[in-house]
Amino acid sequence: MAKRIDVSGLTAYYGSHKAIEDISMTVEPRSVTAFIGPSGCGKSTFLRTLNRMHEVTPGGRVEGKVLLDDEDLYGAGIDPVSVRREVGMVFQRPNPFPTMSIFDNVAAGLRLNGKYRKNELNDIVEKSLKGANLWNEVKDRLNKPGSGLSGGQQQRLCIARAIAVEPNVLLMDEPCSALDPISTLAIEDLIGELKERFTIVIVTHNMQQAARVSDRTAFFNLSAVGQPGRLIEIDDTERIFSNPSVQATEDYISGRFG
Amino acid sequence: MSTAAVTDKRPSTLRGASLPKWSPWAIAGGSIVLAVAIGLIGGLHSKVEWGLIAAVLFLLGTYGVATMVEGRRQAKDRIATSLVWVAFLLAVIPLVSLIWVTVSRGVKVLNVYFLTHSMGVVADSEPGGGIYHAIIGSLEQVGLATVIGAPIGILTAIYLVEYGRGKLAKAVTFFVDVMTGIPSIVAGLFILSLMLIFQMQPFGFAGSLALAILMMPVVVRSTEEMLKLVPNELREASLALGVPKWRTILKVVLPTSIGGITTGVMLAIARIAGETAPVLLLVFGNPFINNNPFEGAQASLPLFIFQQYQQSAGASAAYDRAWAASLTLIAFVMILNLVARGIARWKAPKTGR
Amino acid sequence: MDISTKTTDAPPPAPQPSLAEQKRNSRGATRPGDRIFLGLSRGSGILLLVIMAAIAVFLTYRASLAISKDHGNFLTTFEWNTNLTPPVFGIAVLAFGTIVSSVIAMVIAVPIAVAIALFLTHYAPRRLSGPIAYVIDLLAAVPSIVYGLWGALILVPHMTGLFGWLNDYLGWTGIFSWDSGAPRSMLTVGILLAIMILPIITNVSREVFRQVPQMHEEAALALGATRWEVVRMAVLPFGRSGVISASMLGLGRALGETMAVATVLSPDYVIHASLLNPGGGTFAQNIASKFGEATEQGRDALIASGLVLFVITLLVNGAARMIIARRKEYSGANA
Repeated sequence: MAKRIDVSGLTAYYGSHKAIEDISMTVEPRSVTAFIGPSGCGKSTFLRTLNRMHEVTPGGRVEGKVLLDDEDLYGAGIDPVSVRREVGMVFQRPNPFPTMSIFDNVAAGLRLNGKYRKNELNDIVEKSLKGANLWNEVKDRLNKPGSGLSGGQQQRLCIARAIAVEPNVLLMDEPCSALDPISTLAIEDLIGELKERFTIVIVTHNMQQAARVSDRTAFFNLSAVGQPGRLIEIDDTERIFSNPSVQATEDYISGRFG
Repeated sequence: MSTAAVTDKRPSTLRGASLPKWSPWAIAGGSIVLAVAIGLIGGLHSKVEWGLIAAVLFLLGTYGVATMVEGRRQAKDRIATSLVWVAFLLAVIPLVSLIWVTVSRGVKVLNVYFLTHSMGVVADSEPGGGIYHAIIGSLEQVGLATVIGAPIGILTAIYLVEYGRGKLAKAVTFFVDVMTGIPSIVAGLFILSLMLIFQMQPFGFAGSLALAILMMPVVVRSTEEMLKLVPNELREASLALGVPKWRTILKVVLPTSIGGITTGVMLAIARIAGETAPVLLLVFGNPFINNNPFEGAQASLPLFIFQQYQQSAGASAAYDRAWAASLTLIAFVMILNLVARGIARWKAPKTGR
Repeated sequence: MDISTKTTDAPPPAPQPSLAEQKRNSRGATRPGDRIFLGLSRGSGILLLVIMAAIAVFLTYRASLAISKDHGNFLTTFEWNTNLTPPVFGIAVLAFGTIVSSVIAMVIAVPIAVAIALFLTHYAPRRLSGPIAYVIDLLAAVPSIVYGLWGALILVPHMTGLFGWLNDYLGWTGIFSWDSGAPRSMLTVGILLAIMILPIITNVSREVFRQVPQMHEEAALALGATRWEVVRMAVLPFGRSGVISASMLGLGRALGETMAVATVLSPDYVIHASLLNPGGGTFAQNIASKFGEATEQGRDALIASGLVLFVITLLVNGAARMIIARRKEYSGANA
């Protein structure tokens, strides 16, 4: 069920401002790809073009192609709602629905997509919470509000919510930036397990994290403030962190950056 | 639509069939034609019925077509969108009608003569006369109410924001909320009870007192909001220079927030200028010009509108005057609103959104 | 405490403790300027409390004069003959009419206002929503007497079609039967009140919906929710307490509205089962209509009915406050 992503010539705008320009890359199924780069280089914007969330922002529009196993997400007749259903997303700040219980949060996506019997739903929720390494911590309080959990638990709840609908791809936008180190470690372990089943793309500011969790790493940069962000290079993570082919990447990784 | 978990290699899960952009218009057009046909054949006379039939047909049509082509979820989404639009259009009708009627009927007799003459020698059923006496009454009553209500409201807000702690401030905050909910007629009855005790006849200032009571909580609330926007650093900077607290408030805090406070006061004035009920009980109304708000019955614009409607037994001349007075009153209130908003925008703290 | 509760329920005014402290400890009370200024502002606050107390005391005093002379039962008598000796009057019809007209107004206005608020925040093209919101702001400022005039001269004649239609199809229920007479009835009053409270409920709800954190809406979108599903999952649950308090504000206005009811309703002192037949009355309308002919005794009776209206509006406002406070507590405890 994990799918390959093929991006070619992708440019994204906010109104008349060009945020990212001419990005092409391939993301292999069942792998973790990390996006790194300085603030404002457009990595989050790029991530959001992969499930058509970018166009939710007023003025947001996209040119170019994003193929999900040969089907263009921006092709004619493509329903963005179905795209988001198949390309799940986890956000920077944990965002469980504040008025829903833990159970309902995980079941939210399933309930949108059709009728499930009670025990069917129970099974999927349990499986998803186990998949997010959260089951043991919350199995006794599934009916309590999700907002009562700690930040790290909330983020894993959001991951459980995202994987419950069995997406093909899981996008993560700095999923650990609001968390403490122990919660971060738990999520990183989880990413390692999830890549068995999903194609994962993760944006991170933390280069050690990129090195720890990803198979491939893409470095984004912008030539000046106000200029669009560009993809500088994408390669195996090991190679990016040991022997990158572009000088700018090495400067950024070694901290010699601007 | 997909209901089960996604299985491997299903080619077109992304490609939801969707209706073309023009389809809502097409369905709407079809519904209207069909509704008119039904109306003509069924001999329904009321245009309201035609409209209702068209609306129902449109909703059913949208739901049916969307369910067939796009699936239930999309159909629900379309219905929700339609309902939200319908609600909006439904609400626009009376509001547009109100403004249109007031303007179109109001301009009939609204001229300089109307604004500069009273009803003193004109019977309610006759044409002629004007609202000069009512304008004088309104200006005096609202002016006096503002002179009383605004300072008390602003000072109370200063107390709550700059000094307020403990039980007294809590009580004041609570009762300001309570006071906001007092119906205007109850404020009128309160002053009336005092007038009954002191055996007083109606006069303009009694109305001002009731209006001031209605004005105070509004001014307190808006001023409080404005004072809270003043950054603490400003106060501390001034206090650190050895400026006494009261001078800090007068010279630093109030000037910083004066735009917002003015806006709040003007909106409160606009609100009480349209109040009729307390004026009816306390000022009573008077067709003659009475420049003295402290003695004898006076008129006021909203009261004039009510009495022209109520006491004229359907004379069209009286209705014309009522509409013209309404237009004058609305113009006054709208100008106050627009100026107040203008000041708010002009003086807005730079941090505002 | 999670952000959601912070934004829906406006937190109680936060005085600057550090400054107040500073004031008390240092130079504050010693300087005459400070003493006078503090005295003035605290005095104003106390004056507000005194006014509130005075309203309660004087209304109760005059009301007790009236009720002690009443030869009917103040709560259950239908008629309102205050100028007789002895007077016979009661508020049964008025209480019934006030509640019925306000309930009609709420039933019509709340869903439409919520829909318009959603329209402005989530559906309308951005270029449209700004000006429309502005116009609605201004409509909230239209004086109630103008709504009353419009209601009496424009709305009433336009109701005959609807009334005939309702009578034809729903007349058998009794509630919607229409025998005769101009449509100056509780239903017309309720519709007019609904139009009047629509702007305020819309404005407050719109503010609440606008404060729904982007991240909750994005969470729903990212799960593959349609726009309506985003509204149902993220927007409505978040905005519920705000909508409730907006509705209560509107209800308070509807309960106490005087002039619009006085111009539209053709009153009598009978409780009608039908909402379409003219008649009935409300507290505020009755005060305005009966004031002109009332003697001192009659005015006291009107004050007594006003006191009841005062108490009812206090209860409604109190209930609104409690609902908001409880929701705050609920979500605060989960944070």
